[in-house]
Amino acid sequence: MGFFIETLIGGLMAGMLYSLVALGFVLIFKASGVFNFAQGAMVLFAALAMARFSAWIPEWLGIDSRLLANGIAFILSAALMCVVAWLIERLVLRHLVNQDGATLLMATLGIAYVLEGIGSSIFGSDIYRIDVGMPKEPVMILEGSIEGGLLINKEDFVAALVAALLVGTLWLFFQKTSTGRALRAVADDHQAAQSIGIPLNRIWVIVWCVAGLVALVAGIIWGSKLGVQFSLATVALRGLPVVILGGLTSIPGAIIGGLIIGVGEKLSEVYLGPLIGGGIEIWFAYQLALVFLLFRPQGLFGEKIIDRV
Amino acid sequence: MLYRENGQFRTSYAADQQIFPIAQDRWAILAIVVFAFVGVPLLVDEYLFRAILIPFLILSLAAIGVNILVGYCGQITLGAGAFMAVGAYAAYNFHIRLDGLPLLVSFLLGGCTAAAVGIFFGIPSLRVRGLYLAVATLAAQFFTDWVFLRVPWFTNNASSGSVSVANLQILSWQIETPTDKYLLCLTILVVFALLAKNMTRCAIGRQWMAIRDMDVAAEVIGIRPLFAKLSAFAVSSFFVGTAGALWGFVHLASWEPAAFSVDRSFQLLFMVIIGGLGSIMGSFFGAAFIVILPIMLNQFLPAIGRVFGISISTAGVSHAELIIFGVLIIFFLIKEPHGIARMWSTGKEKLRLWPFPH
Repeated sequence: MGFFIETLIGGLMAGMLYSLVALGFVLIFKASGVFNFAQGAMVLFAALAMARFSAWIPEWLGIDSRLLANGIAFILSAALMCVVAWLIERLVLRHLVNQDGATLLMATLGIAYVLEGIGSSIFGSDIYRIDVGMPKEPVMILEGSIEGGLLINKEDFVAALVAALLVGTLWLFFQKTSTGRALRAVADDHQAAQSIGIPLNRIWVIVWCVAGLVALVAGIIWGSKLGVQFSLATVALRGLPVVILGGLTSIPGAIIGGLIIGVGEKLSEVYLGPLIGGGIEIWFAYQLALVFLLFRPQGLFGEKIIDRV
Repeated sequence: MLYRENGQFRTSYAADQQIFPIAQDRWAILAIVVFAFVGVPLLVDEYLFRAILIPFLILSLAAIGVNILVGYCGQITLGAGAFMAVGAYAAYNFHIRLDGLPLLVSFLLGGCTAAAVGIFFGIPSLRVRGLYLAVATLAAQFFTDWVFLRVPWFTNNASSGSVSVANLQILSWQIETPTDKYLLCLTILVVFALLAKNMTRCAIGRQWMAIRDMDVAAEVIGIRPLFAKLSAFAVSSFFVGTAGALWGFVHLASWEPAAFSVDRSFQLLFMVIIGGLGSIMGSFFGAAFIVILPIMLNQFLPAIGRVFGISISTAGVSHAELIIFGVLIIFFLIKEPHGIARMWSTGKEKLRLWPFPH
């Protein structure tokens, strides 16, 4: 029982990271109809920036406090992601308005290559560590109610809190601010939004900035857990089934889809894996998404606007 | 001035319906094919065969397959690499398990197996399309990656997980030198390209295009979407699978599943989009572009760096390659979303009117 719950919690933690990546997908898809394959590269880029800035800033400015250095590095990385977002809108998306989905998809793959190349030529391509001072030691909880207790990483717990905070902030931003309202209007109907005077280009920049910030948070959490390395760029491929499961247009869908995929992967790896050979977690998520596509193509929470054939 | 169709009258239906109705086109293509068969083996050295020509031919074949599905039938696929893998491993199993099976037959059987798998993973296309379908085909990609890595039967229980073939032979023709391999690939490619071109011009190709342009309208005029879509998946996977078998047997000779990873799928989709959707000719352009560009960058970047007095490290070159590749892809998508094939036909139009364009 204890083992089952531990696996479950491990799955939830992994799922939360998927959710953060999927969140980036959903934000951009809702606002601009672009399926952003570069989200993984953005996570990598942001994590690299954070890792290097937090190492460089103490050298440049002579700051000893790690908290201050990390704070400045975070702000710098966030600014960098906003610049990247602005450049992407300015140089790529603006010229591709009204192209069909496949072309835009390919364009974001091109962006992914460019980001990976620039990221590793500026920041280097070694494996870096991000140390934001997350507690590493595991703790035992619920020793009384379950035999043997539960072993939980404090780091995971903090990461989950951060993710929840991020989602909460996003929700407030989308529901309560006028920019958020404009974003939702654009997501609903481009033309109507434009006709009441919402500047589409600026909205796209903002939404890519937000996706960049989400990528930064995902990169920091992922990077402090596993180290910043090139394989981070492939997390985009792990995020895809999540958005299919949750629905491409739904933010809660991305969160819950991510958790389901994370738990499903871990449980299937542990309980099904020994029966048919290990390593099934890679395709398990995709098969789950495939089943969903066949029976409920709009996902768990998506709007029913998907092209049914 | 030379490129005119004046005086070329079509007096029969056959003349009206040929693939290249203009005589100059016909002769030029014939000359290129003859040159490829006779001239190239005399002129080209071994490195060029290995590094550029053989990959170009095989990937052209795969790109034609992907173009049938994406360009002609409008179904996005990110699983082309998976079907290449299925073709390669199926051909391998036929080759080693059935003694004395002719090599070409195992290639074709590999293609047929890929077609069957393609039909299976094409079933979601009956329900969804566009990006959703792309994700469904990605499922095929990851599943085959795993199967060929983890199920030992497919690799004939090879302990290292990689399989290899040797002593390729067709009748009494030993395929050993790069020239032999090149000629084999070229022959298969020419036959398949002709097949594809004709398929897209006859009833089934028109059905695919009708489905692509508007599936509801196609259904109204009596085209069965089930048949049209699944046949596109089958034919496409057959081409891609055969290309995969060639890639494994002829180009690599020994391979592991990583040779057919998701990057290969992206690469093939790039070829099709940069070359031109819905154009057999475009598949060749796209394959040439994608195969040659990285090699050119690899060769010329250090040289360019030296001109400006910068020495670029190997890592720097590979990063710059990524950046330039990405930028070029974006540039092409912005400047010519219909691909190189469209540029080609615009160029031909201009040439017809040259030197008096008005």
